[in-house]
Amino acid sequence: MSNGSWPNESWSWRFERTIFSEPAAGKRILEEILRQLAMHHWSERDVFGVHLALEEALVNAIKHGNRCDASKRVHVECRISHRRFFVEVRDEGQGFNPDAVPDCTDEERLEMPGGRGVLLMRSFMSSVEFNGKGNCVVMTKDRSEREAESTAE
Amino acid sequence: MTTRHHFEIADVGDVTVVRLTDRKVVDETNIQELGKELFSLVEEEKRKNLLLNFSSVGFLSSSALGKLITLEKKVKANGGKLKLSNIRPEIYEVFAITKLNKLFDIKDDETEALAAFQ
Repeated sequence: MSNGSWPNESWSWRFERTIFSEPAAGKRILEEILRQLAMHHWSERDVFGVHLALEEALVNAIKHGNRCDASKRVHVECRISHRRFFVEVRDEGQGFNPDAVPDCTDEERLEMPGGRGVLLMRSFMSSVEFNGKGNCVVMTKDRSEREAESTAE
Repeated sequence: MTTRHHFEIADVGDVTVVRLTDRKVVDETNIQELGKELFSLVEEEKRKNLLLNFSSVGFLSSSALGKLITLEKKVKANGGKLKLSNIRPEIYEVFAITKLNKLFDIKDDETEALAAFQ
């Protein structure tokens, strides 16, 4: 899968952690990443999108992937630059087929569970890519243009 | 007015106005608690018409959406109506992307929502 490394990108923050399959551990990582985005002067709107997508990815990994199994870990790698955001979340679960997730926007299925997390990830990020097994997701976000230009001045 | 852990309520005619107080509706434990408190309004207190005011809510996850869908079913089964109001634009976008803006009756503010119960 794509490593999203952008050879010319000058990442100003890199982060790599392996955590236990506990929601509290996921929350700590999320808070650290959001804090870094704010320190890089990313807009509230962009941070909202990353927050939503990363929250869903971490819940998927901890709860659905590893099923909160204390013997399994979640690996998170993140990079932030002035204009780009990259994150990879990998769990040790069975994986899933993202293409087989039912369409939650189907009128007949609006009240059914499932599918909204992946839909929101795809909607708020610039790219979302799962590996073949479905236990690893790489998401990127390009900073909103106007925001990137204004802080570059 | 009764104070709960995740919201405050006020009775306006036959409508129970539920003002959510959590800024983020995201933590799994909190979502479970919020769900229980909301469901008890319908199942135990037998309140029919609910208006959920989101003015304090700046963030919510897909798990929270699931609770709202369950609440809507319970309200309907009880012969009542559920309406939502004061949803911030970025949160409304979440409802629009998931097409839940078609399932829920969403109004701009409490006044408009209360009028829509008539």
